[in-house]
Amino acid sequence: MLSIKNINKTYHSEEGDEVLALSDINLEMKDKEFVCFIGPSGCGKTTLLRIIAGLEKPDSGAITIHGEHIKGPGLDRGMVFQEYSLFPWRTVLNNITFSLEMKKVPKVQREDIARRHLELVGLSKFADSYPHELSGGMKQRVAIARAVVNDPKVLLMDEPFGAVDAQTRNRLQQELLNIWERDKKTLLFITHSVDEAVYLADRVVVFTSRPGRIKEIFKIDLPRPRDRTSIDANRYRESLLSSLGAEIKNVND
Amino acid sequence: MDIGQGLRKRTIELTSIATAIVIWEIAARIIDIKYILPSFTSVASAFIGLVQEGELYRDILTSLNYFVIGIGLAILVGIPIGTLMGWFKSIDRAVDPIIEMIRPIPPLAWITFAILWFGLNKYAAGFVIFIGAVFPIIINTYTGFKNTPRVLVESGNVLGCVRNIDIIYRIALPSALPSIATGIRVGMGVGWMCVVAAELFGVSTYGLGWKIWHWNDLHHMDMVLTYMFVLGMIALMIDRLFRHLVQEWWLKWQSGVVV
Repeated sequence: MLSIKNINKTYHSEEGDEVLALSDINLEMKDKEFVCFIGPSGCGKTTLLRIIAGLEKPDSGAITIHGEHIKGPGLDRGMVFQEYSLFPWRTVLNNITFSLEMKKVPKVQREDIARRHLELVGLSKFADSYPHELSGGMKQRVAIARAVVNDPKVLLMDEPFGAVDAQTRNRLQQELLNIWERDKKTLLFITHSVDEAVYLADRVVVFTSRPGRIKEIFKIDLPRPRDRTSIDANRYRESLLSSLGAEIKNVND
Repeated sequence: MDIGQGLRKRTIELTSIATAIVIWEIAARIIDIKYILPSFTSVASAFIGLVQEGELYRDILTSLNYFVIGIGLAILVGIPIGTLMGWFKSIDRAVDPIIEMIRPIPPLAWITFAILWFGLNKYAAGFVIFIGAVFPIIINTYTGFKNTPRVLVESGNVLGCVRNIDIIYRIALPSALPSIATGIRVGMGVGWMCVVAAELFGVSTYGLGWKIWHWNDLHHMDMVLTYMFVLGMIALMIDRLFRHLVQEWWLKWQSGVVV
């Protein structure tokens, strides 16, 4: 169980201004739950994800996974970034073996594990390619394979499909669901797309604009595999949009 | 592709070079003073003579020897300094003022101290070349490290790469390699310029730079020009060879290498 308790985070600009990014965030996630974060730009959802990843420290509050406090980055949490984050000097296969190298897994064994994960995202043929030879969607698939190769309990994804075209995006969502259903990881996924949230998540957390607070949590009670165009899905979309719409209006006013 | 076809593709370039040579030859014959402008034919025959005698090889090897000493040392010193400055802010602040004091001094100004410290030998020449080459290497290594994309460092962090030494070696260094390669390339260019000057003070009676002055004293200007061209050709070959090596195995992962 991932538990987020009383998280506060303030940024200090160089001019001495203070920006309250996150205010009193509390959230409990069950194991193997798929949760989407949605909210206006700059609402702090990425900051929260980065705090969970251990890349940033909160001013107060604590995050625990099965009762253990998070102090810094760790292999129990995998992360897929919004921008392309593959190491350009490593081949696709060697990108995936990176964390296994850090764990000192023997070469033969780690390549074997990496190849299995590459197959999972359907890119076996590209094992020896370099990242610049891949399309945007393929890069994010490799990034997913790289993030799950250690079998982390929690997978954190920050708008990973934001930069790919709609068709590829649908395919990537499907592949992600396959991985999630197979490995049953706790999945935290940031998105700007209401459609994406309704298609993927068990629960959708809506954030307010600055300071970032949790505004509403929607439980998406749709059977899987889901139908993107069903009437029920549309109903969820509508209520999500109106909850979100109020927030976006606040930002613009 | 056979050579004939390759030459045909380069018609414009070849015509251009041929025209320049013809103009040079005509100009030399009109001026008709060997000391002011030796003709192409006299330079060509001087070159052939030098190749046949084998003296040219010894000159090239002598100059390359200084060059390798200087550049080798510049790489060994420049990359670690640039790395530490690029990665640790306090080291940057401590070392930067010193470097900025020394860097503007022209390398040739170091010649007297080079001889005092090392004696009249190849290490003195190497030192002058080192001074010329080391700063571009430091600065480009520094820039390369400074520009390591944050997302790559953080990707490493979440994948279990958290110790400074691991991040430098596995993420920042490979990320900085294109910049370091550029630094070495610029450094080699400056270093080769220093070769000529370093040889002037007479560390040996061989060497491409030394021979320019030697033949100048004897008023053999065709020989002077020959050595000038050889200096240029060697620089070109070093640069091409380096670029080839870099593209083939050092930076194969880059698309459209810009070194």
